[in-house]
Amino acid sequence: MGGFLRRHKHAVPYLLLAPGLLWLTVFYVLPGFQMFMTSLWSGTLETGYEFALSNVSNYTEALTRFWPQFSRSILYGAAATALTFAISYPLAYTIAFRGGRYKNLLLFLVVAPFFTSFLLRTVSWTIILGDTGILLGPLKEIGVLPAEFQLLSTPIAVVAGITYNFLPFMTLPIYVSLEKIDKRLVEAAEDLFATSFGAFRRITLPLSLPGIFAGSLLTFIPAMGDYVNAELLGNTETTMIGNVIQNQFLTQNNYPTASALSFILMAGILIAVAVYARLLGTDELTAGGV
Amino acid sequence: MTASGMTMARPKGTFSERFVRFWNRYLLFIFTGLAILYLMAPVIVIALFSFNDPAGKSNFVWQGFTLDAWLDPFGVAGLQSAVAVSLGIAFASTIISTILGTLIALAIARHVFRGRSATNLFIFLPMATPEIVLGASLLTLFVAIGAPPFFPLSAGTILIAHIMFSISFVVVTVRARLAGFPTHLEEAAMDLGANEITTFRKVTFPLILPGVMAAALLVFSLSIDDFVITNFTAGGTVTFPMFIYAKARIGIPPEVNVIGTIIFLTAVGLVALSTVLSRRRTMRDERLARMQIAEDHK
Repeated sequence: MGGFLRRHKHAVPYLLLAPGLLWLTVFYVLPGFQMFMTSLWSGTLETGYEFALSNVSNYTEALTRFWPQFSRSILYGAAATALTFAISYPLAYTIAFRGGRYKNLLLFLVVAPFFTSFLLRTVSWTIILGDTGILLGPLKEIGVLPAEFQLLSTPIAVVAGITYNFLPFMTLPIYVSLEKIDKRLVEAAEDLFATSFGAFRRITLPLSLPGIFAGSLLTFIPAMGDYVNAELLGNTETTMIGNVIQNQFLTQNNYPTASALSFILMAGILIAVAVYARLLGTDELTAGGV
Repeated sequence: MTASGMTMARPKGTFSERFVRFWNRYLLFIFTGLAILYLMAPVIVIALFSFNDPAGKSNFVWQGFTLDAWLDPFGVAGLQSAVAVSLGIAFASTIISTILGTLIALAIARHVFRGRSATNLFIFLPMATPEIVLGASLLTLFVAIGAPPFFPLSAGTILIAHIMFSISFVVVTVRARLAGFPTHLEEAAMDLGANEITTFRKVTFPLILPGVMAAALLVFSLSIDDFVITNFTAGGTVTFPMFIYAKARIGIPPEVNVIGTIIFLTAVGLVALSTVLSRRRTMRDERLARMQIAEDHK
């Protein structure tokens, strides 16, 4: 076998790639293609389905009918991304620049909560945010908040849940990009009489931009597609596009509409990734590490 | 520390500068403490409520302390089989996806070939696709095929899905390890007459093993925790997350919190163990290097 490899050296990388890429082709690319076909079906589970290009109306119908959920997904996703950034940047900054010998421990504390079940964590927010729960109960007791005040089943709870569940996706890329910064650059700026805020604004912040971009992408995408937080922490007025897709697929068996909705969601994300790859190159996409 | 030394030497400055200094010195640490408390709060609640003695079905309000759930964690019907199914799928998908992903990582990190950057993009896409789209599109494929082993849905279709979304995470993790990889060691082995297979077995593989183990741990935890994709590909199969979801509306029994806490402690223990082991290895390597230097200077 060694001889074969030496004679066909150029074939080696392709042989290494083949099994994994084959799996991804069959179970990632092909399903995407099938979903596109399904989105152009008409009919129901009972009568059987028929494919026709004219069924492109599925898309316009899905968009108009579920526009509130679409816009809510974008809004909640953007709000949660902004919040994760506001929490993650100071956190990552402290760990990277002030962590000292506790750096690894702090990083571990950031990731550790995610070793518990995603669903259990979300359910435990219902305990924390509940109407008479750990947070609101005492505040209502001493009269700071009126008795009818509610967090659970509001958009605030949904956005808070999404923020919580996707926080590491923002913190880790920002940490990685801050960690890479040559600390001597900051010192040089301060030696040249930049204020510490000036040095931060002109040196640290611009150099951490790749991490901010990557983190925003990695947070916004799953946040927009999420439906578990809206399902467990929200009400019927906070449903997102994910709730619609899962309901249409698994309860209504309305495969064409559900596929069209998924495809619209995916198309939006592909555009975002394309812009990212254009700006920062494809190597950064998988080179970040964990 | 030079930075704070510099600011101290300078005159007091404007209000905004004083604020920045105050922020740097105290608020940053207070903020970090609060952020970590926020991150830990749900975990603490999960562990706390595993000791709860709920009045009815719902485990939302603290009623009283009991060890009942800890003494009989599988006392709820269906929980034991759900955990067993999850563990089985997680082990199988970890082994298969770790092998497939490591091979891809080796190709991308060690070889220059046509289509390399396209491969990078292709590997990234499944990670960038929302889980709901991954699950939903697989469902449309399985429904369209409409025949075994893809339809009806089963534990097998869950396994197919889990391997699919795990591969990219393995590639990324192993690749990060390969980035600082000393290629001269492999060249040395080849110069000494080892062929490709022997070189891989004796040099390359032992060096990338920590990265491979990290990747395996990561995808194991992703698999055992996955709900969204599983929900689309499970059919009637109940995994641990599916079990939790079904109970979330009517109230989660404290036994589930016990299992959740055990999973958390196991993961934390494994990470702590691997940190201690790798630190011990680094210390041993440093000691050997120092002895070598002392030897050279004799």
